[in-house]
Amino acid sequence: MSHNRDHGEGPNRRKVLECMTWAGTGVLWTIAGGVPHSLGLVGEAAAQEAKGLTFLQISDSHMGFDKPANPNVKGTLEEAIGRIKAIPAKPAFMIHTGDITHLSKEQEFDDAEKIISQAKLDVHYVPGEHDIIDPENKLYKERYGRGTKGSGYYSFDANGVHFMGLVNVANLKGGGMGSLGDEQLKWIEDDLKGRSASQPIVVFAHIPLWALYPTWGWGTEDSEQALGHLKRFGSVTVLNGHIHQVMQKVEGNVTFHTARSTAFPQPAPGAAPSAGPLKVPDDKLRTMLGTASVTFKQGEQRLAIIDTPLAG
Amino acid sequence: MKFVIARAFGAMVLLVASMAAANAANIEVKIDNFSYSPQTVTVKAGDTVTWTNGDDIPHTVTSKTGAFRSKALDTDDKFSFTFTTPGAFPYFCALHPHMTGSIVVEASGGT
Ligand SMILES: [Cu+2]
Repeated sequence: MSHNRDHGEGPNRRKVLECMTWAGTGVLWTIAGGVPHSLGLVGEAAAQEAKGLTFLQISDSHMGFDKPANPNVKGTLEEAIGRIKAIPAKPAFMIHTGDITHLSKEQEFDDAEKIISQAKLDVHYVPGEHDIIDPENKLYKERYGRGTKGSGYYSFDANGVHFMGLVNVANLKGGGMGSLGDEQLKWIEDDLKGRSASQPIVVFAHIPLWALYPTWGWGTEDSEQALGHLKRFGSVTVLNGHIHQVMQKVEGNVTFHTARSTAFPQPAPGAAPSAGPLKVPDDKLRTMLGTASVTFKQGEQRLAIIDTPLAG
Repeated sequence: MKFVIARAFGAMVLLVASMAAANAANIEVKIDNFSYSPQTVTVKAGDTVTWTNGDDIPHTVTSKTGAFRSKALDTDDKFSFTFTTPGAFPYFCALHPHMTGSIVVEASGGT
């Protein structure tokens, strides 16, 4: 089920609390088996509010990865795109939260483009650390960096929602985690200046923008400063990848959410000696890969996020 | 010390010189489970350290001070660096910066 508060009331305190409880127990982002589950959501949105917006998130496609955890990452990305194509109500666009490739190779970028473009949707990218391995990040910049600032950050508006694509994988410092850097933090502040606090904000970046599991570097060391600039907004949704599994946290007006990978799963925080690719039985793999669909409805404070695995 | 011996046995100079070169050790550091092991290694100036990535995920070996910098090492890729200057050389993985290690280089030979 989705987070769907359609009782015709404003968000009251009790409901917000209920939602937080759901988030804590995992009901909020129920793992839907396949596309049909998201149909309900798209249908409802269309019936209820023309100004609603549904977009998709894919992440961590790791083109070029060929290890036992998934020797066929092209195949699983194709499956994910196939499912996206099959959604009857066409989503507005797609975001890709990084690690498009495994080793930033030309062929890997080409493979990703060939498959992802079949969805026939605009795709807004941010890089993962695997996409900027080549000298001077030439390949990512050439393909996706046009019109972006610094290491590739940018913003845009869609249906009244303000989207900010951030980069927290560049110029990382030894001993640290993900990092936005001073220049980008300043840009975030400027980009938000003068915006109405009632405008919904969606922030997307590769590494989680919350201290999800610092022991494995799953966090962004200066994310608090970015969130400080977002504090006054009534609806903030933060979408990340990097950890190859669904995690969600709701803190005040901010919903943090990470999407599955289309390539390989990673262990739950601390559940393995390291964050390396998780080898699972073949028949289980597709239950741990997938995409997310995010729906914004006019008047709703919180966006509905539905994670859909490739199978199961 | 080696050079003292060399002087004492003039005929052996060449041999000893080549032994001194062979004496420069090659030290292995493995990268497994997102960590360098051993994490801290003490070597002598002239020694070469070789890192091998055993993970299914690429890593780098990047000096905090810019003294050395590997490319991204895919599975089983290696990176070697010969340390000639004594001192501490902390390094990290530029992709996963929580991964850190250090090479401590001591003056070679002498005294
Ligand atoms: Cu690494």
